[in-house]
Amino acid sequence: MEPIVIEGTPKTPTVKFDASAGVFEIKGRSIPENSVEFYKPLVDWLDSYKDTPLPKTVVNIRLEYFNTSSSKCILDVFKKLEAIHKAKNEVEVNWYYEEDDEDMLEAGEDYESIIRVPFKMIEIVE
Amino acid sequence: MGFDIENYVKDQAKNNVILFYKGNVDSDVINHVLDTVEDKMAEANEQSKLRKKVYNVLVESLQNLYHHVDRVPEDYEDQSSEKFGLLVVQKVDTGYKIITGNFVHAENIEKLEEKIKRINRSSQEEIKELYKFILNHQRISAKGGGGLGLVDIARKTGNKLDYSFKEYNDKYSFFYLNILVDEGVEAKQEI
Repeated sequence: MEPIVIEGTPKTPTVKFDASAGVFEIKGRSIPENSVEFYKPLVDWLDSYKDTPLPKTVVNIRLEYFNTSSSKCILDVFKKLEAIHKAKNEVEVNWYYEEDDEDMLEAGEDYESIIRVPFKMIEIVE
Repeated sequence: MGFDIENYVKDQAKNNVILFYKGNVDSDVINHVLDTVEDKMAEANEQSKLRKKVYNVLVESLQNLYHHVDRVPEDYEDQSSEKFGLLVVQKVDTGYKIITGNFVHAENIEKLEEKIKRINRSSQEEIKELYKFILNHQRISAKGGGGLGLVDIARKTGNKLDYSFKEYNDKYSFFYLNILVDEGVEAKQEI
C-alpha cells in the first residue's frame, strides 16, 4: 500500500500513515471548516489497510487543537482501528497532550471510553 | 422597524475590545481572526492554558456562524454577506469574552433556545456525557456541523451560555451569544 504523507497547514494536521511499518501519525492542528473532506481519504485508506494489517499497528495522535467537526472524523479513524483490533491484531494508540492541557487529556479519555482499543496517555513535558 | 445590531455589543463590551468584526464569515475571515487573537494573546503573555481555551472556543464560535447562520433579512443593509455574523473579542479581568451575533429565522429560535437551555441546566459531568453521546451517535449534518459546538463551548469554559434574542422583525431575530472564557473551573474552586 502507498503510504499517506500530508504536510500540515495552520488548519490541518501533518499525517503520516505507513502501512509497511504499521505506524500512523496525526500531528498538529485539525480545525478545518470541512473536516470530512480532509479525513475521508484517511478513513478509506484505513479501510483497505484493515484487510491486511501488520500484527502490530501503532498510532500516534499528537494534536495541539482540534475542532468538534474533526472530533467526529477522528472517531471514524478510531472505529477503523477498533475493527483491526477486533480481528485479533495488536493496535496501540498513543494519545499525546501537553502537560497543562487537561482538555486534550479529557478528549483522549472520551475516545478511550468509546473505542475498544488500548490507549496510552502520554504527557509531553517541555 | 429594525435596530442597530451593534448597540447591544457596545453596552456589553465597552473597554479593551481586541477585535471587532461584522460581515461575511468565510474561511479566510476565520483564519484572519484566529491569527489576530492568537498573536494578541501571545503579546499579552497569557498563560498557555487560557490561550488554548480561548482559541478553542473561538474556533467553535466562528465555525458555528460559518455552518449555521440563517440568511440576512431582505431589508438588512448588508445583502452581500452569505454568512453574516458579528464577533467581538474583549479582554476582561478574569480572561476573555467572546460575543457572537447572527440572524435567526423566527421558526428556528425555539430549537436553538431549547438546546441552550438543556446545556445550561446540566452539570459539568452531564455536559461531558452529552458531548460523548452526540460524538458517538450523531452524524455530521448537511450543513457540515457536528452539533457539538455549543456543548463543547460550555464544557471547555465551565460557564453557562449567556444569550439573548432581539427581535428584528416578525420573521427574524438577532441572536447574541456572550461567552466568558476565564481561568476555568478548577481555578474558581481554589479561590
